[in-house]
Amino acid sequence: MTTTESPVDNGVNVEALLGVRDALADTPDIAKFQWRSTVSWVNGTHSRSDVETFYGFGDEQQHHTTFSYDIDHPLQFAAQDKGVTPVEVVLVALGGCLTAGVAAVAQQRSIQLRSVRATLSAEMDLHGILGADPDIRNGFSGITVSYQIDADATAEEIRALVAQSQKRSAVYDIITNPTNVTVKVN
Amino acid sequence: MPSTTTVIVGAGHCGLAISHCLAARSIDHVVLERAEVANSWRTQRWDSLRLLTPNWMTRLPGYGYRGDDPDGYLSAREVAAMLEDYADTSAAPVLTSTTVTSVRAAGGGYLVRTDQGIWRAPTVVLASGAATVPAVPALARLVPAEITSVTPAGYRNPGDLPPGGVLVVGASASGVQLADELHRSGRAVTLAVGEHVRMPRTYRGRDILWWLDASGVLDQRYDEVDDLVRARNVPSMQLVGSPGRTVDLNALSSAGVRLAGRLAGIQDGVAQFSGSLPNVCMLADLKLGRLLNTVDAWAGAAGERFAPTVVRSTPLGLDLRSGEISTIVWATGYRPDLSWLDVPVLDRKGRVVHDGGVTACPGLYLIGMPFLRRRKSSLIDGAADDAAELTTHLAGYLDALAGRRERSAS
Repeated sequence: MTTTESPVDNGVNVEALLGVRDALADTPDIAKFQWRSTVSWVNGTHSRSDVETFYGFGDEQQHHTTFSYDIDHPLQFAAQDKGVTPVEVVLVALGGCLTAGVAAVAQQRSIQLRSVRATLSAEMDLHGILGADPDIRNGFSGITVSYQIDADATAEEIRALVAQSQKRSAVYDIITNPTNVTVKVN
Repeated sequence: MPSTTTVIVGAGHCGLAISHCLAARSIDHVVLERAEVANSWRTQRWDSLRLLTPNWMTRLPGYGYRGDDPDGYLSAREVAAMLEDYADTSAAPVLTSTTVTSVRAAGGGYLVRTDQGIWRAPTVVLASGAATVPAVPALARLVPAEITSVTPAGYRNPGDLPPGGVLVVGASASGVQLADELHRSGRAVTLAVGEHVRMPRTYRGRDILWWLDASGVLDQRYDEVDDLVRARNVPSMQLVGSPGRTVDLNALSSAGVRLAGRLAGIQDGVAQFSGSLPNVCMLADLKLGRLLNTVDAWAGAAGERFAPTVVRSTPLGLDLRSGEISTIVWATGYRPDLSWLDVPVLDRKGRVVHDGGVTACPGLYLIGMPFLRRRKSSLIDGAADDAAELTTHLAGYLDALAGRRERSAS
């Protein structure tokens, strides 16, 4: 009788992802993606964003359902608190992107994850968005992400996982590097 | 029209190494050189530049360092003299001042046009170098006109630059060396740092390259690495050819060089730096740790470990119109110039597609590219093994051609 080592499974299909990378070498155009969302004002600072379609792999694509997000501000801002603030959505996006990356890189490196948990915090000075001090920027002055990871790996390997996840993260790149933003009124 | 068996384009260390190997097999060939032997070592190196590899590692086919300073590092002038001497003693058939203007497939071989006439040959070796043209990012066009831009290929010494602060973009070998030199000359230096390869000059009492050579790290083959695309794009090591001197980011920042993230954009005259500096430093620290673990596994016992790279608060923006910066040094790498290559072996980004230097066009070879066949392919010391193996392949191709001709004649 032979015992087989149980394969590492973090629920990420790395073979499919690597297959896409190989396919891209032959047909670079299928790598061109467009992400979309719509937003409608509801009332006050409350709005609702929907995400349904995107473009990629050379064709129009669709999520299996339409995802809706309520965006608002808390009662302390004299608002109705019907949803999270937009800046919190940024933290949600960063945490989600980095954690997906941790899982994918762990799978590729044959590291079994047992639990991954991160706490994100961002510092912001309201003088900026209130226009009260021109020297203070509107956005975050800094973001801290703190991971606790339980996995079959050394502390050094876990640090390398998290570093590699940042290196390949779209949201991390979007936040750390400037991006052209064009806002039109039709 | 003169004809030969092999035309080698470029008389640098790779072209001369191939020439030596072909001569050893009595394969008739010619080395076409646009200027003179070791041209880029004479014309594209700053005054203080020395090789990153110690003298004992300056080995070529049939040549080894014989001077009295095996642990020193050759200056650019000494490299040029060494290659000239190598060409002479090998009696390499170099045609200087002969610029190749096109290479095309014709009649089962190649037509090589030059400003001195046309050559015909069944085989061609492209040895014109990986670092021919400085690769300056497109955003350089957004730099305000009053700022002087230089590349490491054009820079000679600090006295060349106008007075004032310097922004060095890129923290590989050239960038860290120039940041160090300019800072020592009394200038305020900001260094924009993207992904980089941290390296101590010495480890466990020996030059780090002694360990990488002896442990076999530099011999790792291109068909053994997990991710060849990545391996071929690894930046040069943060080293300077100076005994015992480390020029990593900790050394630079503790001396007073200001660190910033990768230069990510220029908006209205303000340079924007990435907020990714802590992570690129973490990646480099972890990578160095893994490399030293590999060395230790080979050598036995554990050597010293280096303090993590210290990243203090770094600027995200720098106003290039404030007068603080007078010069930008674009230490952002080089690219080959193969604009004269008219053979369909280029990918969509204009790079030669090859399998360890063997292209899909029979008889057309490439040498002198990063990780061509081994990790050491980018070093002078890597030319010998690459040249020997490519020569073996080339000779086999010539034999097959000769066999085909015999068969068709009989």
